[in-house]
Amino acid sequence: MNRKLVTLTRIVNAGLINFVRNAWLAIAAMAVMIITLTIVLFSVITNATFSHTIAQITERIDVSVYLKDSIDEAQGRAFAEKLQSQPNVERVTYLSKEQALERYREQNANNPEVLNAINETDNPLPATIQIKPRDLDKVEDIRTFLNQPENAELWEDVSYRDDRKEAIDRIAHATNLLQRAGLAAVVVFAVISMLIIFNTIQMAIFNRRDELTIMRLLGATTWYIRGPFVVETVIYGILSAIISVVIINAMFVAASSALQATSLGLLDINYSAEYFRGHFWQLLTMQLVLGILIGAVSSIIATRRYLKFKTS
Amino acid sequence: MILLDRVTKTYRKVPTPALDRISSHVEPKEFVIVVGQSGAGKSTLLKLLTREERPTSGKIIVGGIDYDKLKDKDIPMLRRKIGVVFQDFKLLPNRTVFENVAFALEIVGATNQEIRATVPKVLEIVNLRGKENRMPMELSGGERQRVAIARAIVRQPKILIADEPTGNLDPKHAWDVIKVLEKINRFGTTVLLTTHNQEIVNKLKRRVVTIQHGQIISDKARAEYTL
Repeated sequence: MNRKLVTLTRIVNAGLINFVRNAWLAIAAMAVMIITLTIVLFSVITNATFSHTIAQITERIDVSVYLKDSIDEAQGRAFAEKLQSQPNVERVTYLSKEQALERYREQNANNPEVLNAINETDNPLPATIQIKPRDLDKVEDIRTFLNQPENAELWEDVSYRDDRKEAIDRIAHATNLLQRAGLAAVVVFAVISMLIIFNTIQMAIFNRRDELTIMRLLGATTWYIRGPFVVETVIYGILSAIISVVIINAMFVAASSALQATSLGLLDINYSAEYFRGHFWQLLTMQLVLGILIGAVSSIIATRRYLKFKTS
Repeated sequence: MILLDRVTKTYRKVPTPALDRISSHVEPKEFVIVVGQSGAGKSTLLKLLTREERPTSGKIIVGGIDYDKLKDKDIPMLRRKIGVVFQDFKLLPNRTVFENVAFALEIVGATNQEIRATVPKVLEIVNLRGKENRMPMELSGGERQRVAIARAIVRQPKILIADEPTGNLDPKHAWDVIKVLEKINRFGTTVLLTTHNQEIVNKLKRRVVTIQHGQIISDKARAEYTL
């Protein structure tokens, strides 16, 4: 067997033994790590849910520009193209007077009175340009563009279907708040869990300082000494990641079955659960990577000072 | 094998140097006894050789390795070439005799087969066959020190440094330990022994380097204790 492999096996074994020996300390370290990772996972899922809700509502929002009857189709289409080139315009649909009428008829197909009224007159509907904005916070840009003198003379009226704007603002606000609160909580708990792991490792080092000194004097490499501690904390990370995923899963089960709820305020739980299931492996991987990272980094820092060679 | 050239070591906050421009040379396979009273600089000298300390000035070359050019990450490799025996044994209390000796091999990545093959031979050399499964607590001081020696030589170092190995032992056990050191020296290992046991020095009739106040005050072949 290869020497490196033998050494690696010994390091991993020693790490496992440490983990079992330090069971109580490990539980303390893992508890905080589990909280950290659960918050991370929760934040990611709610963010995805809010983004989804916003996207859904945004999809239904547009700006309609009603052109003057004096404008002919060529001018109208040219104007539509100009609008299309605006930075905040996602897409533009040009409806001629006939198309507008056609659509109006379709929309009112089961309203014979309206249809009759329309049929009795000449086409009263103006040619219309429908604008789908890219960013709802910047609808003002489009408004400004429309109000430029050479553009303003082309249209008669503009309608903003901004009844949903308020809902979007609320969700955007909540998302923003959640992102910040989530990030702050993650940072705080990550730091706390690193400090606790740090402490755990320092205690383990203190308990075994004679052994470590002897290892040093016998010519053990830094990684041979450090390895078991890193293995131990990486195990914390892996277990904490798995437990955090189990906790979030339990939350969805409880929310959807016990509470019979499909949404909590702005949070669409059905979508959250769907997102969680759809991205299960990615989310689990993310949690594992984070847990392993937190564990490894804190134990590497904790052992660093101890393992420095005297250079005085 | 060991070359010291005007080596000085001054500890911080201590005005007088622990070692003051020490120069010496040890040939391969030599058996050298370093004597000197407590605080004379013996321990400092050994710590410089195992690179637990760095000299303030001067040059140290051991087994062809120039310590000036030695990087921190190479220190483990250096220590693997030097066997060290300490006055306080430094055995792992919760491991058996066999495991303590095996420990030195585990660190360097020896396979379990190699360990099972090598350790009994080394325990044979230090006359500890049959005590493989004892814990250090169950052994006498002399036996513990021989475990430590077994651990120091199991990797077949070119140099064995023994820092007051008999300091904690009664005369009979002390002599057991010294006999083992002589045996190892006969096998071709350079031995550097520090002691202030006059009887041992006089009986051994080896090269004696005497250190006082951080300086070598005498260096004689087949010498006796003079302090």
